[in-house]
Amino acid sequence: MYRWQQALTRIALYAAAVMVSAWVLTPIALIFISAFAVPEDYYDVGKVIPTEFTLENIRVLLFELREWRTTLNSIAVALLTIAVSFTLGLPASYSLARYVFPGRDGFKLLILSLRMFPLMVLGVPLAELYIRLGLSDTILGVALAHASLALPFVVLITYSIFVSIPVEYEEAAMVFGLTRAEAFFKITLPMALPGLAAAAMFTFVISWNEVFVASILTLMRRTLPADILVTVLTAPDPYKFAAAFIMVMPAITFVFIARRYLVTMWGISLR
Amino acid sequence: MVEVKLENLTKVFGKVVAVDHINLTVRDGEFLVLLGPSGCGKTTTLRCIAGLEAPDEGRVYFDEEDVTYLPPRDRDISMVFQSYAIWPHMSVYENIAFPLKMRKAPASEIDEKVKWAAELLRIGELLDRYPHQLSGGQRQRVAVARAIVVEPKVLLMDEPLSNLDALLRVLMRSELKKLQRRIKVTTIYVTHDQVEAMTMADRIAVMNEGRIMQVGSSTEVYDRPENLFVAGFIGSPRMNFFDATVRDGELDAEDFKLKLTPEQARALSGMEGKTVTVGIRPEHIYTPDSAKGESLQELDGTLDFFEQLGSDTVLHVRVGGKLLLAKISGRYTADLGSRIKVLLDLSKLHIFDKAGRSVL
Repeated sequence: MYRWQQALTRIALYAAAVMVSAWVLTPIALIFISAFAVPEDYYDVGKVIPTEFTLENIRVLLFELREWRTTLNSIAVALLTIAVSFTLGLPASYSLARYVFPGRDGFKLLILSLRMFPLMVLGVPLAELYIRLGLSDTILGVALAHASLALPFVVLITYSIFVSIPVEYEEAAMVFGLTRAEAFFKITLPMALPGLAAAAMFTFVISWNEVFVASILTLMRRTLPADILVTVLTAPDPYKFAAAFIMVMPAITFVFIARRYLVTMWGISLR
Repeated sequence: MVEVKLENLTKVFGKVVAVDHINLTVRDGEFLVLLGPSGCGKTTTLRCIAGLEAPDEGRVYFDEEDVTYLPPRDRDISMVFQSYAIWPHMSVYENIAFPLKMRKAPASEIDEKVKWAAELLRIGELLDRYPHQLSGGQRQRVAVARAIVVEPKVLLMDEPLSNLDALLRVLMRSELKKLQRRIKVTTIYVTHDQVEAMTMADRIAVMNEGRIMQVGSSTEVYDRPENLFVAGFIGSPRMNFFDATVRDGELDAEDFKLKLTPEQARALSGMEGKTVTVGIRPEHIYTPDSAKGESLQELDGTLDFFEQLGSDTVLHVRVGGKLLLAKISGRYTADLGSRIKVLLDLSKLHIFDKAGRSVL
């Protein structure tokens, strides 16, 4: 009796795991297959899985629809986003991790609560402000908006990285000849680097995937998702899948490379 | 090598006074141990000397130089941290060489000194390894090597042995002490372990609640504790304490009376009728066949419990309403609850007034 129960529990568990995996993986698999399928196979009702593959869809999307420009825009915006949010976020997270000051916990909560602010409300005033400042339809403008979205994540993630590096390492460095700033750059930063790299990739993905703000704030210099939303929606299906393929690549690459550090990033453990 | 002087040193964290107006002079080349229970302010005192904390009040002097607000790197000190704090992204060699590099020593000198320090601590074959490849004891040695490689003015150690297993701790205790004798550096060593303090220190500063309770050699703080705290903190098992009233050349402890020696009677002459706290160490209470000395007083009690420690036995003896611990050498066996005679060595009594100060 008992053995049967165990077996059933196990089967149920596996079934659940398979279903969850399928839920996540099917769309991705569909994107991968369809993005590289020749259109004849894709539209053949008799073929569930295409047999002939090509890079033509991607080529047309990037070079004939000239999405390479928006891809470059997206990369530029994402890199700028990382630069801005890290420049502002690292000092904040470092001081949260190292110093006790009045309002420290309140500040952390405030950062988190920024994520509750609805983006839609922000969009229109931001667009108006950008027009006045001359930031409208610029890479920098989108990057600044994305940086403000990414900043709470950057602060909280890098905070947990800095917290996990014992302060004694810095104190020893200061005893043995470094200034406070040098101790940060020569001792703490090298140790934090893997985690910071993972946080940077995460920030990249946030910016890369963001479509709402990017659509509102740009017209000519669209980022990839903002442009796809307008252009590719009217294109044939294989191009949509090709666009989707390019869109998911950074996130997938990120997960493969940073998987090891994700644990660190969420502050569960250092190693 | 310098003399370290603390003048009215005070450090406050929020509402907690961690260090409370401490005055202390550490002699040139001395091995001084700051000993106290956790939270007594010993580590904070050490960090003020290191420059890792800025005191709220008071001064720190190295010889005549006021270093109170000097950053750590300008103080010419070294420190061994409780967690060792050897940098995981540097090899053992790079760790030990680091203080020398910071002082811009020429490469040949760095190499020579690193090898000297590594040989001294017997980690010469580990120089290419990384910290995560080392055992706790080896890391500890690397931390010490890094601290002595520059021949600092002052060597600070914050419970450096507390993360080692018992066997290694005993070994490192004597090694660190020998090392310090050899390089004759002024050393301030923080610990909560009284055995460590007793075995290593030239002088011990016993701390409690941010204040220094007594400074003296290990025999001084053991034999002549100046107050109740020191008397109770140092020694294991703990000193026996009971209240008694001074009356007609005797100490009346209700359950029994103890006759004062002429010397004690003189010291207590002004305290007739007053209540004092009497202390006696377990090793100064004997059984009849282990008794020694002149002024002994016999008491009748019952055996509550006994602990065999191998070389010694600790007896828990109930005398009236009081429980006295006696530590006798060798083995002892008797039925629990049986009658037992114990002898108190009256010349070894410690007597404290109401405020907890020694009156002898």
